[in-house]
Amino acid sequence: MHRKKKTVNTWFPEQSDFAGKDDILSLMDFTAVELGEKIKSGDVSVVDAAKDCLDAIEKSEKDICAFITRIDEKEVIRQAEEIQKKIDAGELSGPLAGVPVAIKDNICTEGIRTTCASRILSDFIPPYSATVVSKLQNEGALIVGKTNMDEFAMGSTTETSYFGVTKNPWNLNRVPGGSSGGSAAAVSAHQVTFALGSDTGGSIRQPCAYCGVTGIKPTYGSVSRNGLIAYGSSLEQIGPIAKDVRDCAVILEAIMGHDTKDSTSVKRKKPGLLSSLTEDITGVRIGVPRDYFNSGTDIQIKDAVLEAVKVLTKKGAVVEEFDLSLVEYAVPAYYIIASAEAGSNLSRFDGVKYGFRTKEYNDLHQMYKRTRSEGFGDEVKRRIMLGSFVLSAGYYDAYYMKALKSKALIKKAFDSAFEKYDVILGPVTPSVAPETGTSLKDPIKMYLGDIYTVSANLAGLPAISVPCGLDEEGMPIGLQLMGDCFNEKDVLKVAYAFEKTRDYQKSPAASGGKAV
Amino acid sequence: MKDYESVIGLEVHVELSTQTKIFCGCTTEFGGEPNTHTCPVCTGMPGALPVLNKQVVEHAIAVGLATNCEINRNCRFDRKNYFYPDNPQDYQISQLYEPICLNGFVDINADGEKKKIRIHEIHMEEDAGKLIHDENAALSYVDLNRSGVPLIEIVSEPDMRSAQEVIAYLEKLRTIIQYLGASDCKLQEGSMRADVNLSVRKAGTDSLGTRTEMKNLNSFKAISRAIAAETARQISIIEEGGNVIQETRRWDDNKEESFSMRSKEDAQDYRYFPEPDLPGIFISQKWIDEIKAFQPEFKDEKKERYISEYCIPEEDADIITDSKHLAGIFERTAVLCGEPKKVSNWLMVDTLRLLKEKSMDASDIKFSPENLAKLIKLTGSGIINSTVAKEVFEEIFEHDTDPDVYIKEHGLAQVNDESALRETIQKVIDENPQSVEDYRNGKEKAMGFLVGQTMKAMAGKANPGMVNNILKELL
Amino acid sequence: MSVLIDEKMLDHLGVLSKLELKEEERKKTCEDIGDMLKYIDKLNELDTEGVDPLVQIIPMENVFRQDKISNKNEKDKMLANAPQKKDGQYVVPRTI
Repeated sequence: MHRKKKTVNTWFPEQSDFAGKDDILSLMDFTAVELGEKIKSGDVSVVDAAKDCLDAIEKSEKDICAFITRIDEKEVIRQAEEIQKKIDAGELSGPLAGVPVAIKDNICTEGIRTTCASRILSDFIPPYSATVVSKLQNEGALIVGKTNMDEFAMGSTTETSYFGVTKNPWNLNRVPGGSSGGSAAAVSAHQVTFALGSDTGGSIRQPCAYCGVTGIKPTYGSVSRNGLIAYGSSLEQIGPIAKDVRDCAVILEAIMGHDTKDSTSVKRKKPGLLSSLTEDITGVRIGVPRDYFNSGTDIQIKDAVLEAVKVLTKKGAVVEEFDLSLVEYAVPAYYIIASAEAGSNLSRFDGVKYGFRTKEYNDLHQMYKRTRSEGFGDEVKRRIMLGSFVLSAGYYDAYYMKALKSKALIKKAFDSAFEKYDVILGPVTPSVAPETGTSLKDPIKMYLGDIYTVSANLAGLPAISVPCGLDEEGMPIGLQLMGDCFNEKDVLKVAYAFEKTRDYQKSPAASGGKAV
Repeated sequence: MKDYESVIGLEVHVELSTQTKIFCGCTTEFGGEPNTHTCPVCTGMPGALPVLNKQVVEHAIAVGLATNCEINRNCRFDRKNYFYPDNPQDYQISQLYEPICLNGFVDINADGEKKKIRIHEIHMEEDAGKLIHDENAALSYVDLNRSGVPLIEIVSEPDMRSAQEVIAYLEKLRTIIQYLGASDCKLQEGSMRADVNLSVRKAGTDSLGTRTEMKNLNSFKAISRAIAAETARQISIIEEGGNVIQETRRWDDNKEESFSMRSKEDAQDYRYFPEPDLPGIFISQKWIDEIKAFQPEFKDEKKERYISEYCIPEEDADIITDSKHLAGIFERTAVLCGEPKKVSNWLMVDTLRLLKEKSMDASDIKFSPENLAKLIKLTGSGIINSTVAKEVFEEIFEHDTDPDVYIKEHGLAQVNDESALRETIQKVIDENPQSVEDYRNGKEKAMGFLVGQTMKAMAGKANPGMVNNILKELL
Repeated sequence: MSVLIDEKMLDHLGVLSKLELKEEERKKTCEDIGDMLKYIDKLNELDTEGVDPLVQIIPMENVFRQDKISNKNEKDKMLANAPQKKDGQYVVPRTI
């Protein structure tokens, strides 16, 4: 080990008066970009990073349960050595070369088990890798494991996983959110420097808010979905979960781009996201929808978000309240569309080509029914049946068509908002992370928790979740910034400027101490 | 029974001729070891996404234009949801709401009567895999090589009333599609498949009865038999006071009867919805015009032109234009040798006979018009006689041999040397005094014998006209 | 329009989705789906008369592949996860 123990916090390297008091105990305490720079400069080796990552996971995984599959230690070290050779040979020079990463377990990794947190895929080893995985590997990122999630990404708590419940690194009695709960918890607990998640209705942003980390759902079509095991195909995108906005920009830049294997992937020039990382937001027009602060929203969240408004105003943004309208229709429209697509997307899990097959059956249909009934969990079954219902003869127009029309109206509302504003600001969630075991009892209430996040999926917008404070029980609160389609730059810019005004809030689990 | 008429509509599936499948880069080649032409897309692997083969759209547009359809300028795909092991995604990507072609028609000729059969729509979709059933165990085996092979489904209106009309309609479609090169349309190999929708009603009434859909019809014969059987079945149900049930039935051509495919596990509710993984297709007028510009002259026009331009009999023109390939050979040869009737004869007689003997299809013909034209010229100018010509033609048919070379190599040229002929004929006369006697006594047959003997002596190469003349003179 | 999810509908949805619920799950599932539908019915407040349904959020069209073979024989990879296979084929209970 030739790593230098730092006593001066270099969280934001250019900011010497960074307020963090903790020593850097592990390389996983750095951001991905910082760690990448250290590896590039030869300060630390990829094997150092890999070892710290493995140590960090080993230390907290018993409490957090962020992973479904951890790559064997020897294999991680072997790959780290290989990446180091390529770096030394000058073959790898990108910002993520040698940086450990965790991948949500609904993203296919060739040769590495990919389960969607479901019994039905509990032994599935994909024959190919998702485009984002290949892209990260080409950048030299080091995959250390596959993270826990709600089964097939259906849920907001990471409690519906066949592989157990993930805990919130801020408070082990609380949920980490979902569905990318494992990815958010792993980053929040400093088990890895960054992770990939996927967001169908808020599944990146909500766990980021709950776990006090940063994550962005990109514009629909900007990141390839090839290899993402589909839930709501027309809604979802893969995106980064990281410690800060710069990391999100760098990772997003690395994974985005047109892919011939995904017909919905958009052909556009690389936007050059890093150029948007300036603190100058003078004149940026920010709209704050009054409808995002309804009575269902926790007062402490309201306060924290409105505090952010003040900060951004002070930095020169032009902030204005407005009525977005139709907010309460987003969740029902979302659930119809997502369930319909899910019902169809999850048909292929039938015990024929891969995955779990029931033990006893007399004929084909019994095999199908038992395989699927035993292989899927309750929430998944509910949504599949709901999806079948809203598409079935006699109900298609009343439900599915109605939802597509509502989606058109919601999109229109955003279009007119973005005529006036560069960025729309609001909370990510109406409340902070709830206690484990409380949410699933009341599905409707759980669905309503998605009220501020699903609109971005329906309208295809880029949306980021950045930490904006803690409530009085010490749980993180998230701030959401949404931009018009393909305007990731303004979203990142405002998020970056805001982040610069605050200290990084490290979770208790990441601080070496035990959370609660 | 005479009081009833059957009302028939067809759903015709045609496998398009493309190199690759509709949504992935796997080969569409027929055969191959099971599952060797598969990838994550056509095996329905989690996370795999479809990407549309442009050629499929162009073939579909071409067929639509050739069948007088409107092209739907904004079409898209939908998912048809049902579980079956040959359908690896457990949904089929097809088109319901915005099919690519609408409201077309073709004219058919059945029993000498012209009739218009309307086409409701044509849509694009993916084929399913193949199931092989174990004879000994209660198992089926799934081969996904055919999964994702591109299909178009041509849906007619219920405009047909008899098996003859159905077959005339299918032949019409087949010729059009083969002319376009969009498919080889072989029923036996399954590249053309027809499902028959049939209902019966009292003749002279307008209302439609309850229809059934008949599947698994693998030949024109099977289609005829199935139509007859289903018509009889429905009439007897009605006559006995029962009701026909709307259902899908499977034809068993060995047992010559059909069986209901209904089960309580089959809800017949496909929950179609727009395929979210595939953006829409916009078909511009420019694109349509480009495809139109490449449309060939179709059979009917070609046939009329051959009759008027080349003065060949209607029957010849009809048969020759059944195959675009055969028609092409005809026309090129006719232009090269300037003897269309002779070309037509070679095709109608010897070519069709050889095709039949070798159970080949007209599209399998390999010989070049140049060689047939040479052969016709060689015969016309008397260099070879018709007996030799037949032998040479078989060579051309088989190996596309150059007749000039062949004749030279085998010394088959006709003998037109009068003195040589006279010498041989005199010899024949001397050796057959009885026949000479017979001829002189008025037995015409004897002449034939003497000609035959002469030809034999000349190894078939004598000019028959000259032989006749010289014989008459010497006798 | 509020639709009651009864036993018959549940059976129908089970046939469509190939799911078979245990006796003790049935009542709760009926209630849950019923509740979800009741909640979803909120959309009926919204006047969507004359609105075109929005299928594709990012306007795109004519995304095509050229007709060129790009895949090789990967049979073994495609069959590697099959629960039951024989002679390079997936095996299922007899279908007819």
